[in-house]
Amino acid sequence: MRRFLSVIGLVITCSSGGFIFAQNKPPLSVRIGSKFFTESVILGEIIAQLLRHNGVEAIHKQGLGGTTFLWENLQNGSIDIYPEYTGTITQELLKCQGIAGEDAIRNALDLRQIKMSRPLGFNDTYAIGMPESLAREKGIRTISDLRNHPDLKFGFTNEFLNRGDGWLSLKDRYELPQRDVRGMEHALAYQAMQAGAIQATDLYTTDPEISYYDLRVLQDDKKHFPAYYAVLLYRADLEERAPDVVKTILQLEGRISRAAILEMNAKAKPKSGERISEARLAADFLSENPFFFKPDESGEFLAPPEMNLIKRLLILTWQHLLLVASSLVAAVLVSVPLGVLAYRRPAFGQFILGGVGIIQTIPSLALLVLLIPLLKDIGTDYPPAIAALFLYSLLPIVRNTYTGLREIAVPIRESAEALGLPARARLWLVELPLASPAVLAGIKTSAVINVGTATLGGLIGAGGYGEPIFTGIRLNNSAITMEGAIPAALMALAVQGLFELAERAVVPRGLRLRPS
Amino acid sequence: MMELRAVCKKFGQTQALFPTDLTIFRGKTTVLIGPSGCGKSTILRLMIGLIWPDSGSVTVDGVTIQPANVLEMRRRMGYVIQDGGLFSHLTAGANVTLMARYLGWSRQRIDARLAELADLTQFPGQGLARFPLQLSGGQRQRISLMRALMLDPDVLLLDEPLGALDPMIRTELQVDLRRIFQTLAKTVVLVTHDLAEAGFFGDQIVLCKEGRIVQQGPLAELIETPADPFVTRFVRAQRLTLAYEKQKTEPGREHPEGKS
Repeated sequence: MRRFLSVIGLVITCSSGGFIFAQNKPPLSVRIGSKFFTESVILGEIIAQLLRHNGVEAIHKQGLGGTTFLWENLQNGSIDIYPEYTGTITQELLKCQGIAGEDAIRNALDLRQIKMSRPLGFNDTYAIGMPESLAREKGIRTISDLRNHPDLKFGFTNEFLNRGDGWLSLKDRYELPQRDVRGMEHALAYQAMQAGAIQATDLYTTDPEISYYDLRVLQDDKKHFPAYYAVLLYRADLEERAPDVVKTILQLEGRISRAAILEMNAKAKPKSGERISEARLAADFLSENPFFFKPDESGEFLAPPEMNLIKRLLILTWQHLLLVASSLVAAVLVSVPLGVLAYRRPAFGQFILGGVGIIQTIPSLALLVLLIPLLKDIGTDYPPAIAALFLYSLLPIVRNTYTGLREIAVPIRESAEALGLPARARLWLVELPLASPAVLAGIKTSAVINVGTATLGGLIGAGGYGEPIFTGIRLNNSAITMEGAIPAALMALAVQGLFELAERAVVPRGLRLRPS
Repeated sequence: MMELRAVCKKFGQTQALFPTDLTIFRGKTTVLIGPSGCGKSTILRLMIGLIWPDSGSVTVDGVTIQPANVLEMRRRMGYVIQDGGLFSHLTAGANVTLMARYLGWSRQRIDARLAELADLTQFPGQGLARFPLQLSGGQRQRISLMRALMLDPDVLLLDEPLGALDPMIRTELQVDLRRIFQTLAKTVVLVTHDLAEAGFFGDQIVLCKEGRIVQQGPLAELIETPADPFVTRFVRAQRLTLAYEKQKTEPGREHPEGKS
């Protein structure tokens, strides 16, 4: 038992060290967000590097999630800047307000203390795409032509399914008859289309996949989709907090052409061959545009040096362990007493078990969205990730502690009572040792599940194995996904093994015997 | 002296014990007997405060058992149940000494008492390092008895202590138990459903039926002057076994050493 406690102590020390490290931010730092697709990540990286080049501490939280997630984060101050599209602003963020025109958008955003830059220089609107060969065979050129093919299957991003100018209004506008429509991740939709599982998907007009997969972009003959000019959204308070930052990022207005972004998108997600990192592409883009140099400066934009695989894995492993261990330690410290309480006070126990059970039913992404605003003062990466993992770890440990104690046979429990041991001594000397195999099994379950769930950290910038997994999905690059998926699986196995060892240290020998 | 005064106990809708008076005399062995559900175990559990009477009182030497003094009272009693009720995470020795260690006895005092008890119960010393799952049923009951005797209590309460044992070991342990009771001259209350066992141990036999005491007295009295047709029926039903068991425990008959 003592050995086990010292291991826990070590983990706590390490993880609290990590907290201090994570919180130790310099006074003026600007947080840039980007959405979960390559173009947004490239734009975020361009903003970050431009700022760093101008001496600002810029943190880029890559591929944070969908529009709503970034919009929430921008409004609650978790991030300061992120690249957005005008069509998304009118159709999605301000959808109830029937806004058209740039000035109207600015006024509406002002009310929310949000500012918008002028367009960066390209229009990345929605379109519907399908394989060229299929389109030719069926003679489909425009979206209106889809009306004659009701049996086609569509796979759309969840965002497109739900947004104002998305599937529902498109269907109404064009009177489309298709019924088989499913939601899927953008990157997965291309694969599904290649495999023939779906025949059409929503595209962005700057997607390099259009040429990779030889897709036909169907003509929007009824002019359904509005313009999607790329712009920057930033918090109004940035103008007072850091006027130079605003001045610097506004240099990007009108400087990124459709050709430039298409080329960068293609290089970041090549159909084959070596991919170039978003950081590198952003550095090259900024270097090649003399406009961005300060007059007195001659240095080049430098992308952060790329790490080799081993070093990258070590960092990811450390981050992942930090997420798993700190959330698990906190969960153990809370759940075991809760389990004991549930056992001691059965009426209250049902309430406790019900409560932790309900937490388990909240989808992980939703839980993160709920937690980020709550914890934004401590941090928007590690704290919400750890809090979510902590909450998910409660149920197995509470339930196993409760069940383990409950399953102690009545005669055994009464024998301890009959000796004249007070309740607290009975718990420590008899009941908890007897329940220890169940308690440990609960902790093991939580730990193994945690290793898997912690990959969600990759979605909110908390690092860990989720980072390569989600980057790989975003880039449709399974090699990168494997960089996270394989170590995560190995870590789950290692955790399992570790707990089998811990069982020898923690569970009394008398409980591990077979009857003779 | 232990006394039950007008003690009543209900479990849900079931009246486990109707108003009952009972006196247990110091230094004697009293056997509670009767068919299943007659209330005999309930009386024992009331005596050690595992359950509380709905009305009436249980007193030990004039002191009523209450939640406030129950820990103290329990430490003056030893309790042995059918399967021994041993804690499987502790060795046999640690089971016996748990309470003494909790009370902060010195190492020497604990070791001395342990040796004394092992001697008394004829439990082999090297077996103390083994865990309950490594012991035979008979050995477990000896450990359970040692645990009950560790603090040298005034009263021993045994709830069918031999009920789960096979007949040969049971007989052997009966002989040992009676010897121990006689050696220690403690107040003993023993619950059984076996009249032969009751006659073998009991100075005083208390026959219960459906939550009431039907008759109490020495075995001979129950057989010769039954207070109630039920007593006659109960005695008759057990006569055959009684004769058989008596034959088995006759002096000169060896019982093989129980081992497994």
